Amino acid sequence: MAGTLAEKVWEAHVVRRAEGEPDLLYIDLHLLHEVTSPQAFDGLRLEGRTVRRTDLTLATEDHNVPTTPGPITDLISLTQVETLRRNCVEFGVPLYPMGDVEQGIVHVVGPQLGLTQPGMTIVCGDSHTSTHGAFGALAFGIGTSEVEHVLATQTLPLKPFRTMAVNVRGALPDGVTAKDVVLAVIAKIGTGGGQGYVLEYRGDAIESLSMEARMTVCNMSIEAGARAGMIAPDDTTFDYLKGRDRAPVGADWDAAVEAWRQLRSDDDAVFDAEVDLDATTLSPFVTWGTNPGQGLPLSASVPDPDRIVDETERADTERALAYMGLEPGTPLREIPVDTVFVGSCTNGRIEDLRAAADVLRGRRVAEGVRMLVVPGSARVRVQAEAEGLHSVFEAAGAEWRLPGCSMCLAMNPDKLAAGERSASTSNRNFEGRQGPGGRTHLVSPLVAAATAVRGTLSSPADLDKD
Amino acid sequence: MDAFTTHTGIGVPLRRSNVDTDQIIPAVYLKRVTRDGFEDGLFAAWRTDESFVLNNPRYAAGSVLVAGPDFGTGSSREHAVWALMNYGFRAVLSSRFADIFRGNSGKQGLLTAQVAQDDIELIWKYLEQEPGAQVTVDLAARTVTAGDIVAPFSVDDYTRWRLMEGLDDIGLTLRHDDLIAQFEADRPAYLPVTS
Repeated sequence: MAGTLAEKVWEAHVVRRAEGEPDLLYIDLHLLHEVTSPQAFDGLRLEGRTVRRTDLTLATEDHNVPTTPGPITDLISLTQVETLRRNCVEFGVPLYPMGDVEQGIVHVVGPQLGLTQPGMTIVCGDSHTSTHGAFGALAFGIGTSEVEHVLATQTLPLKPFRTMAVNVRGALPDGVTAKDVVLAVIAKIGTGGGQGYVLEYRGDAIESLSMEARMTVCNMSIEAGARAGMIAPDDTTFDYLKGRDRAPVGADWDAAVEAWRQLRSDDDAVFDAEVDLDATTLSPFVTWGTNPGQGLPLSASVPDPDRIVDETERADTERALAYMGLEPGTPLREIPVDTVFVGSCTNGRIEDLRAAADVLRGRRVAEGVRMLVVPGSARVRVQAEAEGLHSVFEAAGAEWRLPGCSMCLAMNPDKLAAGERSASTSNRNFEGRQGPGGRTHLVSPLVAAATAVRGTLSSPADLDKD
Repeated sequence: MDAFTTHTGIGVPLRRSNVDTDQIIPAVYLKRVTRDGFEDGLFAAWRTDESFVLNNPRYAAGSVLVAGPDFGTGSSREHAVWALMNYGFRAVLSSRFADIFRGNSGKQGLLTAQVAQDDIELIWKYLEQEPGAQVTVDLAARTVTAGDIVAPFSVDDYTRWRLMEGLDDIGLTLRHDDLIAQFEADRPAYLPVTS
């Protein structure tokens, strides 16, 4: 029977199937961090259980870690990180702690080590686990009870997801990035549009993307409500993986590539839903509201609630504009920001930093604007410094930080103050996400850097006009 | 997990859609390492607003939350479920739930009852006219009753069975340990390990 990519990966991991029950699915890789794991380890201790496969489990410290040198000063954060360390020792789980060259945001660490491979099932107590789908893995976020379940059994009972094809066809115009593509997808299908689905991104616009750009797209699948996002592996994927620390070698590599080449939706596979997007019509995209579906092209203006017919949508828009402190009809390009954040599991990889540095080279961050550049991992930081990117950022007046989740969710000291407004390359513009009362506009690294220079939401093309 | 069959308690009308888990419990509260005591973080930002529904003493002891569509979107944090349950909620009604939130709820014994938006509107009106009124959620019959309103709700059969029996998922899975071991013996050799 013809199948989709997601269905093929699913079928290859079914441990047990019984009428009226969820499938029991085997998990190939379980990633952990300090925030969603302590209660899961507690659960194991209470029941006298062990971690079934420590060799398929990996932990890193990312959400709480400060991005300035020195120890964690917030005692509650410190307790959480120390709890992870103790749990990893007690249960034998490998851990990359702060200061280790392999430490970083969990979704940056897995791919760069070569642990994330096509056809695998990957879970983590973090919704942005969808990132790993860029390799053709079925990767999704889980809650703490499920973390405990995977630790104890290396499996999860799951009901099959539905499948949705997201076809992005045509060539992306200059200056339009993976972030703009995914923000446009979310604006099109809405924050609940992907609910219950695995999205498979397809089409020549997707095939032309680098692995890092594909990760950006898959990363934000959850913001459309989807459980996972996937892209069929191809030569771009194999080239990225070859030679990485945990990638197969020799005969194993050949066997792996042969298997990976089968991982694509059959031509006659039927998706439960399909969405089409014309890449040639896209332009830099920014959000204006308080959920990631509330986005528009940068050339647009703040929407007017009075023109919205649907009552719920009008009320949502009014509430979002009140929170964001925006007037209907204001051109998005005229919105001033005081903070620019480049980083996160969405846009904290080396290509993102290169893109931002290219815009900033020879320019200065505008007066009154604070810009933070936070590499997604220690390896990314090392690479960026080898390329001299840190000098570009520092010369422009931006702050060059240590790796972590940072201002994406403000669990560490990097936060917005109430009323402050950011252009952020992260993934969520929810109320208070970057600090209580903070206001977030989601943007690509290119738009973030141009915005830092001009002080208002901008694209690099705007700089050329100045 | 406690078994859930039927629950009656004060209904709380939350007229909001897209209630994301950052609103249910902001990240700053996620630093704790326990499952208890998260009630102080529940809707922390909104509770600073005097007009927020839970600040009305008539609703403050509520245990059935009646919310707009797309409840529980965003972060996978199970703390959102713990916060709701620590506060005293046993059931949430919405026309659409985010997948991860619904899954987390099912593990903890918080019932997520999917009710048609038209019925949600009727229940909202009733609860606003009669603050402090009771709502009954009957998992056996899959109905929610508020005053004269009797509305059906959907919940998947397996979750319903587990909730009604109060069963622990891990215990159920460990019954199939032999199948897991068998599966592991056949995994391809090229798959990576972390250690």
